[in-house]
Amino acid sequence: MTLLQQQGGSDTVQELTVEEVRAKYGTLMPIDDEENMLLSMGPQHPSTHGVLRLVVELDGETIVNLAPDIGFLHTGIEKSMENQTYLKAQVMTDRMDYLAPMSNNLGYVLAVEKLMGVGSTPRADAIRVLLVELQRVSSHLVWLATHALDIAAMSVFLYCFREREYILDLFEMVSGQRMMNTYFRPGGVWRDLPEEFGPALEQFLDFMPARMADYETLLKDNPIWLQRTKDIGIISGEDAISWGLTGACLRGSGVDWDIRKATPYCGYETYDFEVPLGTVGDVYDRYRCRIEEMWQSLSLIRQAWEKMPSGPVNIDDRKIVPPPRSELGSSMEAVIHHFKLWTEGFQAPKGYIYQAIESPRGEFGCYLRGDGSAKPARVHFRTPSYVNLACLPTLAKGTFVADLVAIIGSTDIVLGEIDR
Amino acid sequence: MSLFDDLKKSVFFQVPAGMATTLKHVFKPPITIRYPDVKRPVRYRYKGRHHLRRYDNGLEKCIGCSLCAAACPADAIFVEASENTDEERYSPGERYASTYEINMLRCIFCGYCEDACPTEAIQLGHDYELAYYDRASAIYTKGMLIDMPINGMPSTPRQTEPGVFTQSIPDMEDPK
Ligand code: SF4
Ligand code: SF4
Repeated sequence: MTLLQQQGGSDTVQELTVEEVRAKYGTLMPIDDEENMLLSMGPQHPSTHGVLRLVVELDGETIVNLAPDIGFLHTGIEKSMENQTYLKAQVMTDRMDYLAPMSNNLGYVLAVEKLMGVGSTPRADAIRVLLVELQRVSSHLVWLATHALDIAAMSVFLYCFREREYILDLFEMVSGQRMMNTYFRPGGVWRDLPEEFGPALEQFLDFMPARMADYETLLKDNPIWLQRTKDIGIISGEDAISWGLTGACLRGSGVDWDIRKATPYCGYETYDFEVPLGTVGDVYDRYRCRIEEMWQSLSLIRQAWEKMPSGPVNIDDRKIVPPPRSELGSSMEAVIHHFKLWTEGFQAPKGYIYQAIESPRGEFGCYLRGDGSAKPARVHFRTPSYVNLACLPTLAKGTFVADLVAIIGSTDIVLGEIDR
Repeated sequence: MSLFDDLKKSVFFQVPAGMATTLKHVFKPPITIRYPDVKRPVRYRYKGRHHLRRYDNGLEKCIGCSLCAAACPADAIFVEASENTDEERYSPGERYASTYEINMLRCIFCGYCEDACPTEAIQLGHDYELAYYDRASAIYTKGMLIDMPINGMPSTPRQTEPGVFTQSIPDMEDPK
């Protein structure tokens, strides 16, 4: 067997044998049987949810082995953050998990606050919970949309994006940006919620349950959907734990683990919500978990909105939060703080901390090491997609190649977060 | 499971139910807009292309302090300051920006420059149609960024009375 290979930039087409291709590019994994077919799926494949390349060894239609090839989106975010002050580095966290920038912001901001030994105000906490849960709904909408589209359910895709658009519009109201919000800041949030936000949110809470019911009608008991998702890509609870899975991938296997319950942050312990669990740990259970999570998130949003405390949205610490604009014209001290914070930033003490939050995809952790300067000495993110992707071979082995897209969809990976 | 449940989960019920849901949407107005003929309105806080603002009296707000450049995470801003004189005054206070450039290819529209500016001189506006044929035209110079003076006020530089415009940082309100 030979493969034709186009040389980049020139017109010559070179013929390479399989051995030569392997010598040149590698296969990322040991090959079971030389007779099997090697399939390279991605990196520009619509159902790999980004730029993920999968090398799949196929025996007929059955997957014998598979290896994910990642790194196409590597942007050096962790390293770049070391060259910025704590505040300026925050804009990069938006760009990791581009489907849940609010959650990334929250993880990073909480880590900075922990390192600095400060907190935020009650109002800021409630705003954070509200927006992060909105983000969870929007992220799950994209997951549901693309997951369903991969299994050829087109209308769900269109409806989900319609609702997500509404949420992005809400984000635009509060932060001025639809996706790259940078809205949470160490010590609080950027600005208070605008007036137009309240009515718009209430409208969202009014129409969303009916829209969710639509998705349920289209998918929940649909025999075609069931056939494509039931008993596919099963992982047991123990296996899921040993792989380090988090989020719906873990809870789909019936393991009760949610950071919001285990180590609450932003006052999650004062909210009333449940952690939905699956039983079998197949694609369908993970789908159910996320849908139930969306219902829980809607209730959390309502709770946060109803109890929204009044008061300031930033702590009164001029060493971390820039002074309000109204003071600049009259107070020299405010001007000095303003200039100091925007040029040098604040100095974090020596030491390291780890802060985890429950992002839409699972445990999003931020490891931060300060060396006494205004820039972090090391930033590292424990991103859920990265860990969840690692068990893809385990999930997919023995299934048909057509099921692979369903399995990838059910792990809900975001490549920006994996490669970062 | 009862017979009714069986029936409810069968293709004969589920597929028509799904069809009914999609059919419902056929009669709804489309939610897409015909961009570029119709433009999507943006929200008040939207962070689009920058503007350099002026006071009502026509003087420039920017005092060339370079705080925006220091705060920019993408290093997109370049500021060069020069001295104001009462014969040739651009802005209140001692200095003004003689060169002000934003590289829109670098800018990530985070709004830090707006937050950092002590005089509300640089503000992110509502234009989002930014596309260029070459890299050079992505660099917005001061002339492209600065607003026109309103109410027929004279532009800058201009001659002013000595000792009037000394305060560089004005009294401001907290932004909404
Ligand atoms: S919006 Fe952000 S990236 Fe753009 S010029 Fe201002 S500070 Fe720099
Ligand atoms: S725009 Fe504002 S921050 Fe930038 S140089 Fe002018 S006054 Fe200073």
